Amino acid sequence: MDLAQTFRVAVESLLINRLRSVLTTLGIIIGVGAVIGLVSLGRAVEAFIASEFNALGSNILQVTSAAPRSPTRDRIAPLTSREAQTLLRPGVAPSVVAVAAEYQLFGQVVARTNNTTTTIRGVSDNYGTVRNWAVSVGEFITPQHVADAARVALLGLDVVERLYGSRDFNPVGETIRLNQRSFTVIGVLTERGGTFISEDNVVLVPITTAQSRLDNARTPDGSFRVTTIYAQARSEAELPSAVEEITQFLSEAHGVVFADEQDFRITTPSDILGIVNQVSGVLTVFLAMIAGISLLVGGIGIMNIMLVSVTERTREIGLRKALGARASDILNQFLIESVLLSLVGGFFGIVLGGVAAAIGTALIPQLTITLSADAVVLATVVSTFVGVFFGYYPARRAANMRPIDALRFE
Amino acid sequence: MSEKKPAKWVIDVRQITKTYQMGDVKLQVLRGIDLRVAKGEFISIMGPSGSGKSTLMNILGALDQPTSGQYFLDGVDVSKMSEAELARVRNRKIGFVFQSFNLLKRTEAIRQVELPLMYAGVPNRTKRAKAALEAVGLGARLDHLPSELSGGQQQRVAIARAIVTEPAVILADEPTGNLDSRSGTEVMQIFQRLNREKHITTIFVTHDPWIARHTNRVVMLRDGRVVADQKVKAPLNAGEAERPSEAEELQGVFEEVYYGGKREEYN
Repeated sequence: MDLAQTFRVAVESLLINRLRSVLTTLGIIIGVGAVIGLVSLGRAVEAFIASEFNALGSNILQVTSAAPRSPTRDRIAPLTSREAQTLLRPGVAPSVVAVAAEYQLFGQVVARTNNTTTTIRGVSDNYGTVRNWAVSVGEFITPQHVADAARVALLGLDVVERLYGSRDFNPVGETIRLNQRSFTVIGVLTERGGTFISEDNVVLVPITTAQSRLDNARTPDGSFRVTTIYAQARSEAELPSAVEEITQFLSEAHGVVFADEQDFRITTPSDILGIVNQVSGVLTVFLAMIAGISLLVGGIGIMNIMLVSVTERTREIGLRKALGARASDILNQFLIESVLLSLVGGFFGIVLGGVAAAIGTALIPQLTITLSADAVVLATVVSTFVGVFFGYYPARRAANMRPIDALRFE
Repeated sequence: MSEKKPAKWVIDVRQITKTYQMGDVKLQVLRGIDLRVAKGEFISIMGPSGSGKSTLMNILGALDQPTSGQYFLDGVDVSKMSEAELARVRNRKIGFVFQSFNLLKRTEAIRQVELPLMYAGVPNRTKRAKAALEAVGLGARLDHLPSELSGGQQQRVAIARAIVTEPAVILADEPTGNLDSRSGTEVMQIFQRLNREKHITTIFVTHDPWIARHTNRVVMLRDGRVVADQKVKAPLNAGEAERPSEAEELQGVFEEVYYGGKREEYN
């Protein structure tokens, strides 16, 4: 009998035992659906995080203070406003086109009778352009505000909501108190969301105000401490040279002799993205493994049902052999049955995964969960493999049955 | 070593033995059987349980191999064949009819009959299957499922399945054993008609003397040997004679003690 005939026989057998076929495929449907759904979810999270970081600016370096690795140095010289400005001097760091500085502290915000604690960031006037922050209402901090150490503030949406009860409230012109000092609200920041921690829970003030009025950040040499320096490289390609120039400049300024003694850290976007991708990659693998286990369980389910089916159909196998079926005909029939079961299961599993992705996208608007072609191909290959692998043993048992034993079976 | 015989005998069995190994014990079921069946014969193999008639039937049907001896089926030595060759012999040369019909469940009659043709890989399957079903009087029930057919009709589907490949011999194992007497008579009539009109060689395996009396020759086995092999003087035509009741068969064996039932029945 040729394969096409065997195929027909296999399909007929599956249709005759409809309920059993459906129940058997259920395991594969759920397994493949879980693999596809969870892998797609993991990918979507990765893509989302990557896009978030790109929004931060792919050519921005972040310089912060850090403990030296070498035990020969324990002093940490603070980063200062003067250093930030010096970076822009001709010849110091030619790859750097813009520098923004930030001085960060925590504080209490009071408006009318409401209060909340938040991050207060003193920022330079170009912070908005360098870091891609914008205002939805009002204006950003101007050079004049910075020069005057003006008592003005920009509020994040979370802060607006906590102070005034609604994100739609326009607080421009209102007076608030930051750590007991009066400030005038000049604007509201656009919504930024945030992957792990909301970036909307923030108050921006001029950096000079934060350094001198909210805190005393003066250094012995007459400048002011900053928490972070953001340096914008001319282009992504010039990031490495920017890192080198800044390292050279700061090492000299801080009296660093050996690389191990560096008391600052320069973080590039690709560093951050690399770490985040590593984390989310592990997450995706983890999800895929959980889903893979359910696929394995589904495969064992197929083997189980096929074994039951072989026993249950012993007389049928005996009859087929008596009518002239060769061992290979029986083997092929049962193998095709199990491969068909798992392929059909795989198909509906892909559909299920797609539906889950659509639902996930609807529920979490930040994520665009799409079925990737490679996941579909993988699911098809894996379910075929599952069918052959878990179907082979039962099929062999059926094929090797002696016809007289099979016919005598009650 | 398949020495070519002139196919005078459809079945030519020479000194066949069969020994089963049951753990440490050897069980010799057949102890040297000789049997020759000519084309067109209609014979019964009889014997009590344990006489070896089922084992002989399995060997004749190429479902099992003899331990020693030779078996020529249609002139070809079957006793040394491989499993795949045996499958081909079963497919082409032998038609099986079983006591319990052995139809595939939820499969139309026509598809049941096509099955051996499918394994043979021959064309015009539907046409041939239809002809076979018409030959057993089921031309109007091609699309019926086994669950929609009576026992007698199911056995007729099985007969159609057995004859559709035009085999050299039909092997029927108690083919009327699961049927009531009317359906049994019907089925027997079909076997007799096929044998008479199409000269299909037919071998019945049965323990029922009444069934054996409808065939032309009876081979009796006991303890793995042929103890009698004789022609039937006047074979019965199915449906013409009334089967004797148990009472008639047990005539005169009882004492005069009465426990119940109609008194005159056994006297």
